[in-house]
Amino acid sequence: MTTNGRRAGSRRGEDTGFRLGTGLFAVLLITAVAGIGAALIWQSRLSIRQFGWSFWITDTWDPVSGQFGARPFIWGTLYSSILALIISTPVALGIAIYIAELSPHWLRRPLVFLTELLAAIPSIVYGLWGIFVLVPWMRTLELATPAWMKALPLFSGPPLGVGMLAAALILAVMVVPFSSSVAREVLKAVPVSQREGAYALGATRWEAIRMALFYGRTGIIGAILLGFGRALGETMAVTMVIGNNPQVSWSLYAPQYTMAAVLANEFTEAADELYLHALIEIGLVLFAITLVINVLSRLLIWSMGRPPKARHVPAATLASPEVA
Amino acid sequence: MSPWRDVRRRIVSRIFTGLCALAVLTALVPLAFVLFFVISQGISALDWHFLTQMPKPVGEPGGGMANAIVGTVMVTGIGALIAVPVGLVTGVYISEYGNTKLASMARFAADTLNGVPSIVIGVFVYGLVVLPVKHFSAFAGGVALGLMMIPIITRTTEELLKLVPSSLREGALALGASRRQAVFSVVVPAALPGILTGILLALARIAGETAPLLFTSFNNRFFSTSLGQPISTLTVQVFTYAISPYDDWHRQAWAGALVLVGIVFLCSLLSRIATARMERMTIG
Repeated sequence: MTTNGRRAGSRRGEDTGFRLGTGLFAVLLITAVAGIGAALIWQSRLSIRQFGWSFWITDTWDPVSGQFGARPFIWGTLYSSILALIISTPVALGIAIYIAELSPHWLRRPLVFLTELLAAIPSIVYGLWGIFVLVPWMRTLELATPAWMKALPLFSGPPLGVGMLAAALILAVMVVPFSSSVAREVLKAVPVSQREGAYALGATRWEAIRMALFYGRTGIIGAILLGFGRALGETMAVTMVIGNNPQVSWSLYAPQYTMAAVLANEFTEAADELYLHALIEIGLVLFAITLVINVLSRLLIWSMGRPPKARHVPAATLASPEVA
Repeated sequence: MSPWRDVRRRIVSRIFTGLCALAVLTALVPLAFVLFFVISQGISALDWHFLTQMPKPVGEPGGGMANAIVGTVMVTGIGALIAVPVGLVTGVYISEYGNTKLASMARFAADTLNGVPSIVIGVFVYGLVVLPVKHFSAFAGGVALGLMMIPIITRTTEELLKLVPSSLREGALALGASRRQAVFSVVVPAALPGILTGILLALARIAGETAPLLFTSFNNRFFSTSLGQPISTLTVQVFTYAISPYDDWHRQAWAGALVLVGIVFLCSLLSRIATARMERMTIG
């Protein structure tokens, strides 16, 4: 009795030790992530203090005179990522639908493998391919652009090859596997009964898919946002093809710049402290934007990922105005 | 309901399902193009010298990336040494105490870290490791890569531990094992093949990273295995060569890219085989 009691007691002690020991690592991870934000704020303090909010909205980037405004970089990051999303979203959704709903069973595994391979190719390899293959193609395309199109602000500027379009295209390719794999999971989580119901009511295949997409809409939006987060932070491939010219322009042919690219290019050259702090503040802005987008996308995907049972829980759902 | 409406609906259905198949092909085209160019351009420059010789000065043809290959192995190795223990144990904690507040915070932290742009990780490690000692180092590069690996390993471990049948753990506990014994001598070993695969996959992904190394491990024209010195890596070397004006360096960049793609391809193929086996084991 006493020995048993002691053993149980020591086991409880050991279990507590186990919990504390492993929990310590969890705390370490949380601290590290919080530390990134804190360190970036601390190390950009000179720039934050000197420029305040005007850092976000002014255009001058002049290390020599110590004037720093990040608007062209923020613009370039957002513009290139949004363009990439416009290109990649239909493709990513198409792939997700095809693999989850349409493809023959034996083709699924190879297709998943191939799309994942697209994500596995290192960014630097995309960049290398971009410089030597894609950019010359873009130049040919830009030279072939008819004059009336060049008159539009969207296609103005000299045919350099490097520029917004090349960056957006490469980003789109890189983002597709991320969005499509999450969208595929979301479609898989849509209960079969939804489709069976649609078919029972005489829906065509596409109509049933549309039902499934509608059912999983929050998760699908989450998948697209996840891709957006990836695109915002993508560095090497973009740096190598975007042309690295800080300007705010709608033109797809114009060489522009992104936050990640300016960090990659100028960070090791930052000679004085204010310059370094301004660059780190760009890192901070990038960190903040991707954090918001990622958290949002996780929340959306997570709200979808809860077991279907919880979503069915019926009475309340049936009574909700959406259904009524 | 006129019959025409049904015909139209059926045609619309055909068109859109056809477009989905087209989307798959659209994504495979760039994959094929990238692989085609990397292989065809890379293979002509890839030879034994490339793997075993040091870089030659500009103008002298030949030379290789021996130092960069060693550097990549070293920096990724340091990253793994940091990330494997932290990621593994955190994953164990999350799967064991999944419903605690700390576990959900850790899960959230892992997802957040996974979404932090790699270049920002580089900036952070620069401030943390490089700035205090005022010079770039292989160690700093390893820390940056380690930070990127942690969330991948954490989430893989968590997912795989969930796959282990609970009867195994219950059996161990029923035999009088403590929780630590049940986890580390029964549950984790059962999931080990999968976890190793996850680590392999993380290594492959991390070996291809460039951005976090640009201002941590930097680059080095010479052979170095010192932790405190800047070190050359395949990715940074490919970047340096790609943006240089020299044709010979461009050829070498393609060869470097081929080596990188080879590493990634091999690792993901291996992991695919291993996960297939693991799935068969747990389901069967």
